[in-house]
Amino acid sequence: MKQLLGVILLAFSGLVMASGGGVHLDKAPVDLHDKESLKRGAETFANYCLSCHSADYMRYNRIGRDLGWSDVEVSDKLISTRGADGEKTKVGQLMKVAMNNDYSSVAFGTKIPGLTVIARARGADWLYTYLRTFYLDDSRPMGVNNLAFKDVGMPHVLWEQQGLQKAVFKTVEGEDGNEKHIFEKMEIVQPGSMTAEEYDAFVGDLVNFMVYMGEPVQLERKSLGIKVLVFLFIFAIVAYLLKKEYWKDVH
Amino acid sequence: MTKDGADLNKRRFLTNTTAVIGAVGAGFVAVPFLASWAPSERAKTAGAPVEVDISKLQEGQKLTVEWRGKPVWIIKRTEQNLKDLPTLNDKLRDPDSENDQQPEYARNTTRSRKPQIAVMVGICTHLGCSPTYRPDIAPADLGADWKGGFFCPCHGSKFDLAGRVYQGVPAPLNLVVPPYFFKSERTVLIGEDGGAA
Amino acid sequence: MFKNLMTWVDARFPATKMWNEHLAEYYAPKNFNFWYFFGSLALLVLVIQIVSGIFLTMHYKPDGSIAFASVEYIMRDVPYGWLIRYIHSTGATAFFVVVYLHMFRGLMYGSFKKPRELVWLFGMFIYLALMAEAFMGYLLPWGQMSFWGAQVIISLFGALPIIGEPLTLWIRGDYVISDATLNRFFALHVIALPLVLIGLVVAHIIALHEVGSNNPEGIEIKKNKDENGVPLDGIPFHPYYSVKDIVGVIVFLMFFSLVLFFAPEGGGYLLEHANFIPSDPLKTPEHIAPVWYFTPFYAILRAVPDKLMGVIAMGLSIVVLFLLPWIDQCKVKSIRYRGMSFKILLVLFVIAFIALGWLGMQPATPLLTMLAQIFSVIYFGFFIALYFTSKNEATKPVPERITK
Repeated sequence: MKQLLGVILLAFSGLVMASGGGVHLDKAPVDLHDKESLKRGAETFANYCLSCHSADYMRYNRIGRDLGWSDVEVSDKLISTRGADGEKTKVGQLMKVAMNNDYSSVAFGTKIPGLTVIARARGADWLYTYLRTFYLDDSRPMGVNNLAFKDVGMPHVLWEQQGLQKAVFKTVEGEDGNEKHIFEKMEIVQPGSMTAEEYDAFVGDLVNFMVYMGEPVQLERKSLGIKVLVFLFIFAIVAYLLKKEYWKDVH
Repeated sequence: MTKDGADLNKRRFLTNTTAVIGAVGAGFVAVPFLASWAPSERAKTAGAPVEVDISKLQEGQKLTVEWRGKPVWIIKRTEQNLKDLPTLNDKLRDPDSENDQQPEYARNTTRSRKPQIAVMVGICTHLGCSPTYRPDIAPADLGADWKGGFFCPCHGSKFDLAGRVYQGVPAPLNLVVPPYFFKSERTVLIGEDGGAA
Repeated sequence: MFKNLMTWVDARFPATKMWNEHLAEYYAPKNFNFWYFFGSLALLVLVIQIVSGIFLTMHYKPDGSIAFASVEYIMRDVPYGWLIRYIHSTGATAFFVVVYLHMFRGLMYGSFKKPRELVWLFGMFIYLALMAEAFMGYLLPWGQMSFWGAQVIISLFGALPIIGEPLTLWIRGDYVISDATLNRFFALHVIALPLVLIGLVVAHIIALHEVGSNNPEGIEIKKNKDENGVPLDGIPFHPYYSVKDIVGVIVFLMFFSLVLFFAPEGGGYLLEHANFIPSDPLKTPEHIAPVWYFTPFYAILRAVPDKLMGVIAMGLSIVVLFLLPWIDQCKVKSIRYRGMSFKILLVLFVIAFIALGWLGMQPATPLLTMLAQIFSVIYFGFFIALYFTSKNEATKPVPERITK
């Protein structure tokens, strides 16, 4: 019964998302079993995102333990901050950054969100689409806009890899008679160091890592779930036999 | 209600089997709840080993660092201090450190890896105050026989410069020596043995 | 040895008497079906929520500046904290699934009718307390949905004339949902309402045991007793229903585990996506919706264009349930022997409840608002129509003895 309700709810959720709002989201290539991908994503995250965004609830050493790096490797590859005492941030610490809200409000016009659980808030597909749909826009302070996040305050941090592109819109007449601008395609204005496929894989690794970071325990959760279900299944059979035996008395 | 033809053995068997599986299940369920009381990652990080630079430590000087919320003293003893230590033995409760207050490598006269460098937890083994460092020889309040050590102001317990407790004072045990080792000549890591015993 | 111990205890505390009265010699009808699992399951979920809740309280911090972080601390740094958290979040949904099915059983088989009106009333108070408990609990993670959901619902009280504004200020303890609100909701959620819930559940069960359980046939088994006073169609709860309920519990735990271990977010319905963003009083989420178990009533609230009338309609939609024993005047209890009018009305009611539930999750477009209005009319229509049709319903004769 609960499962039926769950299916009904999930079906409705599909309807909700379809009605929700505009942008087509590309499917992110998430595979939490691919530790090499997660490692690459972790390094990208540390090198490109951690300067402005913090991951306030994630500890460095957990990344090492889950993905297969020693504490020393984690420190070398991922940590570049120092504490107030001047010492390099330790692996047991949380992935915080120095940038505060006052500075970011002036520099970027907004508070900079923490990214620890952003994958749970926005979804992997949204993040994957977002990081690949920056386009040139003179009207914006940072010179770029974004298809998934209209008028975003963030610059295109990964422009060197992706290159710079502009968005081509076509004008169509909407049902209400007014003109609408529909996104048609992107055009490369200046190529980056990666091809489109390479960039997609690069972002894919990063999004993969962010999904992991959103809930590091998810693989363990599922594996424990299988064991619990097997145990309950066996228990159910024995309990049912017990019930049937006693209920011979009735009827 | 039980009919006479009921197979009581089968009932007992099934009931017991169900009960056993149920008890096992209850045990499995208890594990995460009990485990949640163990130190969290935050506690373990805060309780992580502490590195101390002792390159500038002078003779007679005491450094205090915090490890696991406790004060840990690092003292550079003088040659005279080391000579004086064995002479105090019959005034002490546990001169040979038989009680388990220190790692194996600190079960010696100086209660340390290196004779000159003392490492110990600065908490009196009586009721937990932090004793005062009294390296001065024969002060008026501690008497002519005082060869340097620690005096606890709360109830008057006395310890020598190896942290060994005197007889006739309330404290029952020598000061605790934490696990530690020398990462290098100038760096000591408090909180881990470093493998070598 | 055990016997001696029990003799000692029984001389001082009615342990064996209670055991017999409520278990070994509580005679329940022998024809309980699937719909009769949900009472014991509701009790199980209450225990699950209390135990997991206690352990969460050991690590959670009810302070606006660190509440969100403390939940992530539980999820990451506390050994098995993630499991305890998911038990509690899944349990909240499970509680309402079980309770709605439990209430539906009551509707189907007339378990609210004389002499069980008080069982029904206690149950309705439990439902109210449960809704308050869930509402307050949801504020605690201090995410965007926690904050804004509470903001919307508490501001509803502002619709009440004269006392509205001072009332919302008093509830919040501040001019906006803040740390003050969080702290008091924490206290109410962790201890005050659980105590109320436990008290009400005890009263609910005592009231039930006083008159005895109903059954799918709607037959009063106490009408036909043997020479020892034991109902002919009754069986002792223990061992027959204890052993049957164990199976029910295990099957329930399988579904519970399926959700907990494989879909704890429930597609965004159990742990809403917006709640993974820390609360921001300056930024309203695009789409504020209450958690799924409140959405039918939220749909009714929004269906009415006037704020105060909407609040009244929402309140009435729950109050009317309290009045059911007096609205439904049919003497026949079970749907199995009731007239076609009742069967049609009940089906319509269920459709309306589910439809309103879905509508409550959607943004309020003109078309969907109209649909919500239609289904709200059907929802209330169930009670109004029932009052008239139940008086002279074309019922079938109810058997004396239970055969199915």
